[in-house]
Amino acid sequence: MISSSLFEVLSFGAGGWGAALLKAALTTTALSIAGFAAGAVLGGLAAFARLSGGALGAALADGYGTLFRGVPDLLTIYLLYFGGSVGLTVVSHWLGGQGFVGLPAFATGVAALAIISGAYQAEVYRGAYLAIHRGELEAARAFGMPHPTMLRRIIAPQLLRYALPGLGNVWQLVLKDSALVSVTGLVELMRQAQVGAGSTRQPFVFYCSAAALYLIIALLTGALFRRAERRSLRGVRIA
Amino acid sequence: MDIAFLADVFRRLLSGLPLTLKLAGTSVALGLLIALALATTLQGGRPLFVWLIRGFVAAFRGTPLLAQIFLIYYGLGQFRPFLQDIGLWSFFREPFWCAILALTLNTSAYGTEIIRGGLQSVPLGQIEAARACGMSPWLVYRRITLPIALRQALPSYGNEIILMIKGTSLTSIVTLTEVTGIAEQIISQTYRAIEVFACASAIYLALNFIVTRLIGWLERRLSPHLRTAPNLMPSSSPRGASA
Amino acid sequence: MKTIGKLASLAALTISALMWGAAASAEDRPTAITIATEGAYAPWNFTGPDGKPAGFEIDLANDLCARMKVTCTIVLQDWDGLIPALNVGKFDVIMASMFITDKRLEIINFSRPYAIDPSTFAVAKTSALAKAGMDGEYDLNDEAAAAPVIEKMKPLVKGLAVGVQAATTNQQFLKKYFDGVIDIREYKTTEQHDLDLAAGRVDALFAQSTALAATLGKPEYSAYTLAGPKFIKGVFGRGTGAGMRKKDTTLLAMFNEAIGSAIADGTVKRLSLKWLKADVTPPQ
Repeated sequence: MISSSLFEVLSFGAGGWGAALLKAALTTTALSIAGFAAGAVLGGLAAFARLSGGALGAALADGYGTLFRGVPDLLTIYLLYFGGSVGLTVVSHWLGGQGFVGLPAFATGVAALAIISGAYQAEVYRGAYLAIHRGELEAARAFGMPHPTMLRRIIAPQLLRYALPGLGNVWQLVLKDSALVSVTGLVELMRQAQVGAGSTRQPFVFYCSAAALYLIIALLTGALFRRAERRSLRGVRIA
Repeated sequence: MDIAFLADVFRRLLSGLPLTLKLAGTSVALGLLIALALATTLQGGRPLFVWLIRGFVAAFRGTPLLAQIFLIYYGLGQFRPFLQDIGLWSFFREPFWCAILALTLNTSAYGTEIIRGGLQSVPLGQIEAARACGMSPWLVYRRITLPIALRQALPSYGNEIILMIKGTSLTSIVTLTEVTGIAEQIISQTYRAIEVFACASAIYLALNFIVTRLIGWLERRLSPHLRTAPNLMPSSSPRGASA
Repeated sequence: MKTIGKLASLAALTISALMWGAAASAEDRPTAITIATEGAYAPWNFTGPDGKPAGFEIDLANDLCARMKVTCTIVLQDWDGLIPALNVGKFDVIMASMFITDKRLEIINFSRPYAIDPSTFAVAKTSALAKAGMDGEYDLNDEAAAAPVIEKMKPLVKGLAVGVQAATTNQQFLKKYFDGVIDIREYKTTEQHDLDLAAGRVDALFAQSTALAATLGKPEYSAYTLAGPKFIKGVFGRGTGAGMRKKDTTLLAMFNEAIGSAIADGTVKRLSLKWLKADVTPPQ
């Protein structure tokens, strides 16, 4: 019974859920990419603050990391969803606005994923920076290389090389965390599966399909990260 | 700030802590045993087992825990007649056991990878030396390989334990009233989402802080031979850590 | 490229949300409003394969918006987050089969009711409650009539695991009258407790009778039936209304007027018979 109805339920025609699930998978991908990219900025800033931001900056960055790696991601998302609008409303009142200000579900999701992944990415960037050979920086400085050039030619390429494996892990974490954004009502893959399971009463079919789509996205993007890693290792002797 | 309200919220949230600890403790302990067995089997290198285990690990690491919980709870609920026939329904009927199963499978997949890394990091010289002393393979595994591997894996495993404690918050979705579940109940009565979720976050944060400290202590206890001699090298400088 | 487009549209959305928020105020008559529904409570409100909400309240909302001459957007929100999200400004109105109760009135305002639908149990046809043949509708404010009926029900439902949606008046009812008698299992959505009734994890459900009737109409539930008396008022409040922020008084007046005219010209009755297979029109 289940195998025959499976075809109908997941079909792409009218009344079928195939197109809706694929569209939701695209939303999940877009949400994760945007969250990861914004998290890279936050993580980069936090890593910079910890490495050279002075005592206060380092303490703030440390607190940020401890907080968001220690609190369940579901709670972070809830807090941002309910708290974010309050914050925005306060800001808009300062700017002379009135009434309430809402952040769309997609933006809330991106912000939540950025804050969570930023806490993890900061650790990755910090570790990668510390792995750069000090001698190379000293040599660059001895040549009188200006700081921006040093950043572009010496630090950035190596930082990326050392950070890539860690970033791959964080990316996988972001992709899976994006499922939790379903609690804000955004119709991403997990939400769509819940909606389908509820209206067709075929939860097994829908949760299996969603799991399979997550797995496909994870495997494809994982392969991309491995290719990037290999590329970043060009010219490096591997023991 | 309404201190009396916050104190009341804390008191009620703490009543969910035993369930949170039971969920995290059971799944971490069972998951560790499964991970040890799977990682050791991987080392054995039999192709069939290796492919099966790799598939298991990829499936559970590549999909969200939330999807796994839903699939095991609501998805398998669809097959009640079959599960009744093979006598497993009394297990799958209970949300608690469904949650334990999902959390355990999830953590054992991650744990397998962590312990495999630990086993691979054991220096070959140590194993060769043990063999040269005439130790049997089992004795080598028990006395040399496993202790070194576990010591190596400890920091990563500590992170995994924290991820599991955080993961238990998802079981509120299958009707369990652990800390997050109780938080949702309080919000449904008071509509004060921000304060209540902030209190719940503080509880998880404190719990994870304690776990981090315990793991750190254990790490130091298990590696006296790796400690730097006091006052020879200031360890706080970032340059000291560059190696 | 796709990502950049997505990000650009995201930025545009954020800016428009900010500007819109700044423009709205209590004095002006709003021209555009956002209405939230749960989208998991068929046939009152549910979500179709295209991701769009549908059902009695969606049709009614569109009808009311036309009467008020406002453009409205309907969004989905989990049940337990509806009131907190309304109060932090995620949307302006809740139409999600929410009962008007004193407790909720402390936090938000409600329009006049647009429906009255009693709550009841769904149990196996073979259960003691189904065999007892109890029926009728009881007003919980009328203690003398309701209390003996509830006492009579207690031995019939003793020990049953009953699924109910969390944070609802149905859950409050069970807690108040059947705590310790039955095993109350709380679910985030009614769809989830429906799945668990089909799976046999719960023995009974407690919800609004129209929603339960729709569920039991599906083939998987042929062994179950609505049973026992139906209950109104008391913890269930004064029927189903549209929830709004306390300060949006102009909007409230608009809704009251529109609902009044929709009841008067029979629109509520027509939509109710179409979707709910029963007339839930409240008295004028």
